[in-house]
Amino acid sequence: MTINPDLQGRSYPAAEVYDVGREKIREFARAVKATHPAHFDVAAAEALGHSDLVAPPTFAIIVAQRADAQLIEDPDSGIDFSRVVHADQRFTHHRPIVAGDRLVAELHVDGVRAMGGGAMITTRSEIFALASGAAGDAASVREPVATTTSSILVRGEGQ
Amino acid sequence: MSVNIAELTVGQDIGSRSITVTRTDLVKYAGASGDFNPIHWNEAFATEVGLPGVIAHGMFTMGAVVQLVTDWAGDPAAVVDFQTRFTKPVPVADTTGTPEAGAVIEVSGAIGALDADAGTARVDLTVLSSAQKVLVKAQAVVRLA
Repeated sequence: MTINPDLQGRSYPAAEVYDVGREKIREFARAVKATHPAHFDVAAAEALGHSDLVAPPTFAIIVAQRADAQLIEDPDSGIDFSRVVHADQRFTHHRPIVAGDRLVAELHVDGVRAMGGGAMITTRSEIFALASGAAGDAASVREPVATTTSSILVRGEGQ
Repeated sequence: MSVNIAELTVGQDIGSRSITVTRTDLVKYAGASGDFNPIHWNEAFATEVGLPGVIAHGMFTMGAVVQLVTDWAGDPAAVVDFQTRFTKPVPVADTTGTPEAGAVIEVSGAIGALDADAGTARVDLTVLSSAQKVLVKAQAVVRLA
């Protein structure tokens, strides 16, 4: 297994749109054992000033990992998914994710570093919300929502 | 918002909780997140790739421990930044059919820094499972003003 060193600096443009649904927010919240009513009850979310159900702080991982999949599944990357271990993760929220958001993610490969027989790969997803009714993802119709940064360790043989 | 930044001091404890984890929880998290890596549900596969057994998704642990912070802050949207390093896996034993937990995650939080101008507090989380630190530099920045 060899990680392609030319991955560093590569970008994948925003591809499919992720539609944030109320039931997905509820399902994700239950899966991380969240109980705050703003994830489940629209009136409770509205009472806090939100337009709809609020996603938990790590919900953006769904969108970020879909973006990462473009890299991991890229036959040119040399990444064996079964040998991937998550090393670190960061979420920076520019505004809360709420039900009804239509999200897209741009993926940037910020770092590739050899580690033993494997490699540490750092990716960044810039997540935007499309304006309602917008067909494309031109900068004029999208709003920054979150920046996620993730490092994965692709273990080499014997690691 | 239930927390007033002026009443906080660095080092102040915000509380703690225990989170139980079962194999069923990992299957639910896999479905909810879309992360179907078999190391989180298939014992034979996990062992084959050199792990001690099925391990929790790092993102399950990260997502579960931050609930201490959102409940303290009173609004999940108050968490404007959240980061961690994953240092040790959390092996989850197969306790299917019993009332036992497959693993227990202990989280506690304390104020790590205050920024009055930005109206934010940094909460530093200590996260242990089987007496080992499983997350390091687990920090959530919370907007309070």
